Amino acid sequence: MSKTLYDKLWENHVVHVEADGTALLYIDRHLVHEVTSPQAFEGLKLAGRKPWRVSSIVATADHNTPTDHWEKGIQDPVSRQQVETLDANIHEVGALAYFPFKDKRQGIVHVIGPEQGATLPGMTVVCGDSHTSTHGAFACLAHGIGTSEVEHVLATQCLLQKKSKAMLIKIEGKVGAGVTAKDIVLALIGKIGTAGGTGYAIEFGGPAIRALSMEGRMTVCNMAIEAGARVGFVAVDETTIEYLKGRTFAPKAADWEKATAYWRTLVSDADAPFDAVVELDASEIAPQVTWGTSPEMVASIEGNVPAPEDFSDPVKREGVARALEYMGLVPHTPINQIMIDKVFIGSCTNSRIEDLRAAAAVAKGRHVAANVKLALVVPGSGLVKHQAEAEGLDKIFLAAGFEWRQPGCSMCLAMNDDRLLPGERCASTSNRNFEGRQGNGGRTHLLSPAMAVAAAIAGHFSDVRELTS
Amino acid sequence: MEKFTTYEGLVVPLDRANVDTDAIIPKQFLKSIKRSGFGPNAFDEWRYLDHGEPGMDNANRIKNPDFILNQQRYQGASILLVRSNFGCGSSREHAPWALQDFGFRAILGESFADIFFNNCFKNGLLPIVLPKAEIDALFLLTKSTPGFRITVDLAAQVVSRPDGHKIPFVVDAFRKECLLNGWDDIDLTLRQAEKIRAFEAQRRIEQPWLFA
Ligand code: SF4
Repeated sequence: MSKTLYDKLWENHVVHVEADGTALLYIDRHLVHEVTSPQAFEGLKLAGRKPWRVSSIVATADHNTPTDHWEKGIQDPVSRQQVETLDANIHEVGALAYFPFKDKRQGIVHVIGPEQGATLPGMTVVCGDSHTSTHGAFACLAHGIGTSEVEHVLATQCLLQKKSKAMLIKIEGKVGAGVTAKDIVLALIGKIGTAGGTGYAIEFGGPAIRALSMEGRMTVCNMAIEAGARVGFVAVDETTIEYLKGRTFAPKAADWEKATAYWRTLVSDADAPFDAVVELDASEIAPQVTWGTSPEMVASIEGNVPAPEDFSDPVKREGVARALEYMGLVPHTPINQIMIDKVFIGSCTNSRIEDLRAAAAVAKGRHVAANVKLALVVPGSGLVKHQAEAEGLDKIFLAAGFEWRQPGCSMCLAMNDDRLLPGERCASTSNRNFEGRQGNGGRTHLLSPAMAVAAAIAGHFSDVRELTS
Repeated sequence: MEKFTTYEGLVVPLDRANVDTDAIIPKQFLKSIKRSGFGPNAFDEWRYLDHGEPGMDNANRIKNPDFILNQQRYQGASILLVRSNFGCGSSREHAPWALQDFGFRAILGESFADIFFNNCFKNGLLPIVLPKAEIDALFLLTKSTPGFRITVDLAAQVVSRPDGHKIPFVVDAFRKECLLNGWDDIDLTLRQAEKIRAFEAQRRIEQPWLFA
C-alpha cells in the first residue's frame, strides 16, 4: 500500500501500541532548554530514575538570556537561577552537546539543532517547546511537548502519542519577488485558521515549498503549530541533503552514503492517501502583515484592517472587536498607514543567515525612520552572528540605525529585558501576536524580515516590493 | 497523579475563543523552577488591574472586578467552561499547573489545542470536548442560573446537567484508564523497558549515525 511520509516516519518509531492505538514512539533527539526542563529533571531525581540515553540530548539556554551586556552576566536573579539550574542539571546527567550562555555556538534551540546537524531526516525530535515543529523541515517527526513529557522522554526515551490524521498542504506555483516563506505560511494560516491543522500532521509540499531553502522550510514548519498542528514537515530532497553535508553531528564517510540512501526514501508515495488536502497558489500571495491578536488575523500589505461586522460568527465577531481594541486599530485603516514604534528581527521563525541577508539587502543604504524608537536585530545563534559579521551584515544594520545584539529568544517572548511597553506597536518577525506576548500591553504585527525592514525605514508598514523593484 | 473518577462542581464560563497559554499563565511566571504555586497567577493579566511579577503578594493586589473569575457568584468554581481552541500557543505545562492549582478539575469546551490537551491529562485535569450546541447551551445555563453545577462521570463518559440532561463525551481508552487509576505514565512505559531496549538495539544496527 502506498504511504504518506507521515506513515513512514511514524512506523519507523513505533515500539509498542496499546489496544486503543496509543503508541510508544522511540525518540532519537531530545532538545532541552532552561524554561521547561527544571521540573522534569527534578521529577526524575525525586523518583530515583536515571536518564535513558543522554547522548540523545542537545541543550542550550535561550529564552531567558540577555542579548546585550554579556559581560554583566544575567542580571535578573530569577532568570539567572533558571539558567544555572540547567547548567547544573546537564553537568550532572550529561548530554551529546551543551551550548551554555555565552558559548559561541549558543542560540535559540530550534536554530542550533539544524545548524549543528543534530537534526537529521527520519528522526523523532522532541523539545519542551511548541515550535519544535521547525525541525520538520528535515523530514523529522518533531513534537513540542510539555514538561511531564520531557520527564517521560528523559526516563524512557519514548513519547506516548496517538497517530494524527494526515494533511497535505500544497503550495502551487511560484512566489513573486519580495514574497517569502513567512508570507506563504501567514497567508496559509489566514486561510485555514489557527485551529485548521488541529488533530493533523501537516506535510508541506508543492513547487513553492520545493523551491524554498532549508531556512525557508524551517520558517514554514515553525509556524505549523500556529495553524494548530503539533507536527509539520517537508519531504527530503537534494536541498535537504546539501544543507546537512559536513555539519558537526551529521553522519560521515560510509554512514553518510547509507544515511542519504535512506533519507531519499522519506517522501510520500505518489498516490498516498491524505485525510485532507489544502491547496494555495503562491503567485497570488502578497507580503503579509497581521493586524490582530492571533496569527490568523492577517491581511496583505495592500489590504485594510477589517471591521467586526465583516464576520458572521458571533464569537468571531466578538474576538475581532476585542483584538482591534487591544491593538488600538480602527476598522478599514489601510495596513500601510499603521505607524510603528519598534522593530524586532529575530526568533526561531526568522533569525537564520538567510533572513538576516534578506533584511540587510533592504536596509543597505537606508535609515530607520525617526518615529521608530528601537529596531533590534537578534541573530538566532552565535554561529549565525559570526557568519553575518563575516559578510559585513552587522555594519549594514548598524549604519541603518538598527541595534545588533547577541543571540537568543529576546523580544519574541520578552522573558529577558527586550520587550514592548504598554501600547507600543512592533513590526516583528516572530511567530505569535498574542496579547502581551512581547511585553504587557504591547502590540505585535507579524511579518517577514524584509517587510520588517521596510516598516522600520518608512516608520509604518510598507510594501517592500516598492523599495526593491 | 490524583485520580479522577466522578466529579461535581460549580461551573464558570470563560466566553472567548483562542485563549492562549500566555493568557492562562503569563511568561514572567515561567522563570520558576517549581511545579506548584501558579494558581494565584492564573489569568494574571485579566484577573488583576496591575502588572504581575513573580514574588508579589497576590493577596494584596487589586482585582479586576469585570473578570469573570473574580465575580462573587463564581467563587469556588472548579469546572471551567470555554469556547474553541482553548490553550493554544506555547507548550508550557505551567498552564495546566496554574489551572489545577487554582482549583479546576475539568474543562469543557468546543475544542482544545493539542499540546495543552495532552498536558492536562498528565496533571489529573480532564479536558472534555463537546459539540458546539451543547457548549452554547451550557453557556446560557451557566450565565442564567446562579450556582450552576454539573457532574462529570469519567467512567461512564457523561456530563450531567442538574435538569437531568446527559451529554456523552469521548475520551481515549488509555488516557481514561490512567486517569481513573491515577497511574503514572513513566511507570507504565517502563513496563515495556525490554521492548524499548530491543527496539533501540535494532535501530543502532540499521541507523548507526543516530547514536553517534
Ligand atoms: S524564539 Fe520565540 S518561539 Fe522560538 S523558541 Fe524562543 S521564545 Fe519560543
